[in-house]
Amino acid sequence: MIEADLVIIGAGPAGMAAAAQAADCGLSVLILDEQPRPGGQIYRDVDRAAPRHGAILGKDYTDGLGLTDRLDHPNIACLFGTSVWQIDPQAAVSFSRDGRGGVARGKRLLIATGAQERPMPLPGWTLPGVMTAGAAQILLKASGVVAERAVLVGTGPLLYLVAAQMVRAGTPPLALVETQTRSDFLRSLRHLPAALLGSRTLLKGMGLLATLRKAGVKRYKAAKDIAVEGTDRVTGLRFAHGGQPHQLECDTVLLHHGVVPETQATRSLNLPHRWNARQRAFHPVTDRWGRTALPFIFVAGDGAGIGGAKAAAYEGTLAALEIARDLGALSDGDRDLAAHPLRLRLWMERAIRPFLDTAFPSFAAALAPADDTLVCRCEEVTAGAVRRYAALGCLGPNQLKAFGRPGMGPCQGRMCALTVTELLAVHHGTSPKTIGLQRVRPPLKPVTLGEIAAMEGQGEQSTL
Amino acid sequence: MKTVFHNLSPDDTPRVRVRFADRELMLRDGANLAAELLAAGVMPFRHTPVSGAPRAPFCMMGACFDCLVLIDGVTRRACMSEVSEGLEIAVPGKADHD
Repeated sequence: MIEADLVIIGAGPAGMAAAAQAADCGLSVLILDEQPRPGGQIYRDVDRAAPRHGAILGKDYTDGLGLTDRLDHPNIACLFGTSVWQIDPQAAVSFSRDGRGGVARGKRLLIATGAQERPMPLPGWTLPGVMTAGAAQILLKASGVVAERAVLVGTGPLLYLVAAQMVRAGTPPLALVETQTRSDFLRSLRHLPAALLGSRTLLKGMGLLATLRKAGVKRYKAAKDIAVEGTDRVTGLRFAHGGQPHQLECDTVLLHHGVVPETQATRSLNLPHRWNARQRAFHPVTDRWGRTALPFIFVAGDGAGIGGAKAAAYEGTLAALEIARDLGALSDGDRDLAAHPLRLRLWMERAIRPFLDTAFPSFAAALAPADDTLVCRCEEVTAGAVRRYAALGCLGPNQLKAFGRPGMGPCQGRMCALTVTELLAVHHGTSPKTIGLQRVRPPLKPVTLGEIAAMEGQGEQSTL
Repeated sequence: MKTVFHNLSPDDTPRVRVRFADRELMLRDGANLAAELLAAGVMPFRHTPVSGAPRAPFCMMGACFDCLVLIDGVTRRACMSEVSEGLEIAVPGKADHD
């Protein structure tokens, strides 16, 4: 058993900022992360990739170096390549690393597991060659690998960022097939005044669009009836645009229609979660410091609700301040003094979200896919099957597992849970909030019996 | 073979021998296994146990489990694995689950 004042799961912006703040307050910190190096997905591999591909990836990415630098602190220990597969309500964390199991326990636990892209079930989305836009970006960050003949499909700022990065890498995408409509844009305008607080982000977005225009990347807006073509792998994309059918030949299709909180860890603890109707996602309920219903367990960053990398770092710092106060390392007054300017910046950072969420809403046809589209990639369950089970009287996502196994494959519902909930909600004429998400049970990540058998620290203790 | 992915990085990393099914590949030591296999033209990575459909990496962040491969007989996510000398990779297929 490894002990520390604060154990953090996830070395993305929230986890790294929290670690740095807690360490500065004199707490011992242990960070666990599944990746071999710090950064999370947004700053994935930034220490290695910034010098090599910094010009392609841009300043928002290389800014991550400011956070990874701060991990080099005598109070911070990092375990990378470490998969957490169980968290108990007393905050003991079971993990696997290098083929061995282990347990870490903190006086406080911070879950900073970030976001995942919202699954985008379309006809053909399981074909080899279809990836998420985020996956393309990870390939570029972690490996310097770019797709040669790619079409980006969906909506949202990440689509433009990835496209611009591909342009700068000398491999522009063949086209952007975008799903947001003119009426989405008109609806978003009432949020524009607030969004102007985040004008830096707006200007950056316009810069990305200018890059795409200059590179001559074709953009199809308000696309409908999107389907990926191919039998063994992607050969093209079919869609309707302006009432006309279109077909593009390509080798890679990159999907994206927003990101959602990664809630596997918080759901496995049976913590209360709230439905955010504008972001169409669930997030754990926390107080303004990130404290959950289990007082020793905190959540910060996108895993607590989507706010982006900068907001995540502020939230991580705020959680660390409260944790330091909890453990007697900081007075109430000092905590509040340090928190005040952060809250203002966090508020400014979040101000643009209603505009973005409304201007780039998730693609309706992927929230309610056609009957023959797979929604559960692992168990290969179609939307039609889910609707049939609902018609037979199946009320909820957990019962649905018994009917047809969606959510019971290796990804444990990460790729289908939200879609299943949306489908059941529509069928029963209620809100996803009422339906809820599939229950999550440990192990959160696959673990071998050998790893459990080789659990170190049974009986022995080490303190950081 | 058609290039679907290309590598921008300077080729300054030593390459090591890796076996993927019946193919012998020279991949960059210590690099992300899924990325290296994609750059080497490997497609698909596996076939599903349910219908035998072909699959390849989808999320690249350990969430989707579509890049599963067998490394030393253990099912692993290629996107969460790194290249090392002499890696023996088998393709999970329907037979493994029957």
